[in-house]
Amino acid sequence: MAQLKFILKNDWWKLLAILLVYYIVIAGMLIKVPRIAIVHESVRNQFFHVSMWFSMMILLTTSLIYSIKYLGKSKLKFDLIAEEFAYMGIVLGILGLTTGSIWARFTWGAWWVNDPKLNGAAIAMLVYLAYVILRNSIEDPVQRARIGAVYNIFAWSTLLPLLYILPRLTDSLHPGSGGNPGFNIYDLDNNLRLVFYPSIIGWTLLSVWIIQLRVRLGNIKTKIEEID
Amino acid sequence: MLFKEVKELVFQEALIEWRLRYAINGILLYLISVIFICYLSFKTQVSGLHPNTWNTLFWIIILFTAVNAVTKSFIQLSQGRIIYLYTIANPLAIIISKMIYNSILLIGIGIIGFIFYSIVLGNPVQDTSLFLINMILGSIGFAAVLTMNSGIASKASNSPSLMAVLSFPVILPLLLIIIRISKHSIEGLDISTSWNNLIILLSINIIVITAGSILFPFIWRS
Repeated sequence: MAQLKFILKNDWWKLLAILLVYYIVIAGMLIKVPRIAIVHESVRNQFFHVSMWFSMMILLTTSLIYSIKYLGKSKLKFDLIAEEFAYMGIVLGILGLTTGSIWARFTWGAWWVNDPKLNGAAIAMLVYLAYVILRNSIEDPVQRARIGAVYNIFAWSTLLPLLYILPRLTDSLHPGSGGNPGFNIYDLDNNLRLVFYPSIIGWTLLSVWIIQLRVRLGNIKTKIEEID
Repeated sequence: MLFKEVKELVFQEALIEWRLRYAINGILLYLISVIFICYLSFKTQVSGLHPNTWNTLFWIIILFTAVNAVTKSFIQLSQGRIIYLYTIANPLAIIISKMIYNSILLIGIGIIGFIFYSIVLGNPVQDTSLFLINMILGSIGFAAVLTMNSGIASKASNSPSLMAVLSFPVILPLLLIIIRISKHSIEGLDISTSWNNLIILLSINIIVITAGSILFPFIWRS
């Protein structure tokens, strides 16, 4: 009983994450969705593709904030957090690309179309994979943290125009391009919202949970190294 | 104060480059051989390039040459020079001077490349002044991104290949805009159609230069 209370007090968000992910999968598959031409039932992918992309942006921005914090305070724990957020962001980004590709196959007819949004997403993944390679090629932890943080901030600031300005200037199949807003009233009705907004929170919480475990693991590893 | 320091550093950089002419000659030879290779490779299949191919090929050649030219700005710096610069100059002055020097270098490479490329592969550009403005802005952007990445890569092992891996995704937004403006200049469209893109190019340059100047002192210190 005391344990349950402890969990409810400290780890309620983990329970929430579990519930939300179940909710996304079950409700996402079962609720009534509006009939939209071409998209039809595949609109359910929105709860996976779009919301994973949103939570990826949340994670990568958090990673950026921790990188800035690291440069300000020079504490290695901030760097570890920034690193894990970026890694998890890459995982979600790859999942987002995969689900997007499947969606594209069944609505636009091809696994990959030449589209500014899609290319921007792929380039963003390349940037963060380069970040991983950069980190792996530096031995000294302090140096690695500092250089990694600098590249993280620099890369993020150049990605900004790529992801948010360029796609809006060119015509595109993807919603949110060619001057269109991302979500119009007519393509996001109330039933969809009911699952869509919780799904962003759900994926983000689940990722934060994984990140928390990985950060703890990282801290233990550094402690063991200190003892040796 | 900063301005004077930057001026001195740019001058010093140019002087060293002038005395060790092999570096700049190497880059020019690289540029010319790549253009010649492209010329011979295309010549065997078609006569005359489609303007779009001409455009893309030109910018890819310039991009690769630029990566090669700028890589050395921090990666090949000897330990002695680093310590010397460290003691005499402010990190902000160092990064700004390197960016200015590399911009001038890349503008020079771009113009020489353009002339030689036009000689062997023809020149479909109708609005040359727009093309040159685009080249100048683009070179400044390339120089800023590549200088900064050279600084980052110089701190890691296997730097030269890392330099390419780090730079290409970061430079892509710039490259896309540059190719688009350049396409307008080839088609001879009125400059009013390119204003939007020119402003975006300029603002990307400003973002990159500012981010580089703020972040460089952190790399330099380590």
